[in-house]
Amino acid sequence: MNAPVTEAELHAWVDGQLAPARHAAVDAYLALHPAEAERLQAYRAQNAGLRALFQPALEEALPPALARAPQATQATQATQSSQPAPWPLLRMAAMLALTLAGGAAGWWAHGLSDADAAGERNAGPRAQLAAASLPARAALAHAVYTPEVRHPVEVGADQQAHLVAWLSKRLGAPLKAPQLGAQGWELEGGRLLPGQSGPVAQLMYRDAGGARLTLYVSTEQKHAHETGFRFAKEGEVGVFYWIDGPYGYALSGNLDRAALAAVANAVYAQLEQPGG
Amino acid sequence: MHADSQRLLDCIPRLRRYARALLGTAADADDLVQDTVARGWDKLASWRQDSDMRAWLFGIMHNLHVDRLRRQPPAAEALDDSLPAAPRDPAARLVLRDLDTALRLLPPEQREVLLLVALEELSYQEVAAVLQIPPGTVMSRLSRGRERLRLLMEGQPLPSPLKVIK
Repeated sequence: MNAPVTEAELHAWVDGQLAPARHAAVDAYLALHPAEAERLQAYRAQNAGLRALFQPALEEALPPALARAPQATQATQATQSSQPAPWPLLRMAAMLALTLAGGAAGWWAHGLSDADAAGERNAGPRAQLAAASLPARAALAHAVYTPEVRHPVEVGADQQAHLVAWLSKRLGAPLKAPQLGAQGWELEGGRLLPGQSGPVAQLMYRDAGGARLTLYVSTEQKHAHETGFRFAKEGEVGVFYWIDGPYGYALSGNLDRAALAAVANAVYAQLEQPGG
Repeated sequence: MHADSQRLLDCIPRLRRYARALLGTAADADDLVQDTVARGWDKLASWRQDSDMRAWLFGIMHNLHVDRLRRQPPAAEALDDSLPAAPRDPAARLVLRDLDTALRLLPPEQREVLLLVALEELSYQEVAAVLQIPPGTVMSRLSRGRERLRLLMEGQPLPSPLKVIK
């Protein structure tokens, strides 16, 4: 914590190259300097955007002249895949929407109908998607961030007090991080994401097998008055969501509905406890 | 030797992606990859077994690229009109286009560092070794390139991707 944070360290933070001993110092610096945190988020978005932009070049079949060693004729063709999977496209659309477009309302619906067209062809009318924007946004954020190996979270659970304080401050409302150890899920950490009109928080949990759940918390439900539990399925991702005053919660995971419901109930129960 | 050959073949998709990002057009990129791979086959025996072959090939590509720039300064910056497999959604396509356009507007030395770090995920030390520049220069180019890209993406509307004639 002693040495001042340098510009080089901020870049190392963006790229996952920061020395572990300096994480606390950089996190503390970013908590105090929101404009800097935003700048670094933009840089991370550039990294994700560039990878999405040039992903197709990796998946193209090689021209025959390149695909073999000079004199040998090894059977390398079999290893080539010219069939881009729909999933990278979903990730591309989601990442770009999340990070570059800054959260315009219609965007998520666009990204989703694209993904649906590529996948299950079950895209509903645009209006229906717009009404379901909370689970849609949560599911996309889930799909984008849970496969991350190098940057699964921005602030780890080892700094839970700092994490909760930081997210609460940026949301402008107190946030609680439910403890789901009894259900087999440990808090891995959290991150801040752009929402429709302001920041939203994403908490990530992980089980012993490495599967991930995310709890998406928005404070943008100004005009909503629903409170019931709802379930939505966005592609592979199941989402339980509910609205509580200004808070919208969405729990996303690649679990079956019953298993996800059990965790959602635990989350709900803990959030309802005063002071808990 | 056979294992080395296979390893080199395995590197080619990454070389193509990087060249595409660096040069902007598929035809130029494949020319550069072709030359890089040919040079790689010639020099394969001199590749040090304990080093990262990908970084070694990026180094070869960088040297070839610099040679070409010296021979033929880039008087015109052309852009591919068709982006590869862009999403059908027009808004997504616009964002991709903006990012690609902004990338073309970076000075080449900043673009090179940014792509090696952001796209290829090389460590800063590897980038310094590949480009044969001091680590401090890597960091300053990275910092300037990222900030410029951010301002281009967030700020004024980008200039249309016309050819820039010097």
